[in-house]
Amino acid sequence: MDISSIVSPENLVYAKPEIMNDNHMHYCPGCSHGVVHKIIAEVIKELDLQEKTIGIAPVGCAVFAYKYLDIDWQEAAHGRAPALATAVKRLNPDKMVFTYQGDGDLAAIGTAETIHAANRGENIAIVFINNGIYGMTGGQMAPTTLSKMVTSTSPDGRDVQMMGNPLKILDLLALLDGVCLATRVSVHTAAAVKKARRMVKQAFENAMAGKGTSIVEVVSTCNSGWKMTPADANNWMVENMFPVFPIGDLKNI
Amino acid sequence: MAKVQGYVVVNTQRCKGCDLCVVSCPTDVLELQPREVNDRGYHYVYMKNPEECIGCFNCGTVCPEGCLTVYRKRLDK
Repeated sequence: MDISSIVSPENLVYAKPEIMNDNHMHYCPGCSHGVVHKIIAEVIKELDLQEKTIGIAPVGCAVFAYKYLDIDWQEAAHGRAPALATAVKRLNPDKMVFTYQGDGDLAAIGTAETIHAANRGENIAIVFINNGIYGMTGGQMAPTTLSKMVTSTSPDGRDVQMMGNPLKILDLLALLDGVCLATRVSVHTAAAVKKARRMVKQAFENAMAGKGTSIVEVVSTCNSGWKMTPADANNWMVENMFPVFPIGDLKNI
Repeated sequence: MAKVQGYVVVNTQRCKGCDLCVVSCPTDVLELQPREVNDRGYHYVYMKNPEECIGCFNCGTVCPEGCLTVYRKRLDK
């Protein structure tokens, strides 16, 4: 096989998005965050928004998101990304403002900010990474942890009598009038990644068009926190996460 | 013989050996290095069966690190 005739620019079909820089990412091997970062980079490039995008980085594993994508970023206090995004968007109405949050950030400490920002119909996009666990701090139970799911703070599995039910915050947000898009996607296969990219693109377009708040929930894995290999974590997610957090649009107007 | 031939260029220093590209490949082209590691100690991916590659870039799409660059060429042209 003549490699040099194949490896040439006219035959290029896939490469790392230009907006993603060469900094080494701190995420664990196989973490869904990297795929979602790539999706965001590709969508920003496709919509030609690199100079107009302001991302709001969360607290959690994605706290260093600003190191990996060459766009403007602002770091928020834990859970306060939608509140900060509100301010940024209102002061810069011509910019595309999005938040990037995990489930501990958006569905636990930031529940009030998230719900009120969505209820006001702020023209922002929210990318919500739901892996059912606090990944950064060592795999503690989160509001989105599944019933009977073992975490470092629920070693016998989550007891819903004592600790409550998994919080389906996207279902709550979809009820609000300010929300124009509430959808759940995943990134475990190539087809799922393409679907997720379409939904992120739509969310960013909605934010620019001033249609209201768009939330894209990415049902993700945390293979380190779940104590599995990345491939096993994807299978476990399909078997256990999808019945509780079903993929698809909850609201799309 | 396939009508298209693909080729995957691996950024071996960026690869973390997560295996997701290996399981996503429909033609079983990729494999993690059984013994070799990169500077960070990860068993990086390589093309075990380069002739089988069809350039579908499933591997590149699911790669969390963006360490794969995929090329595809039609052989009948």
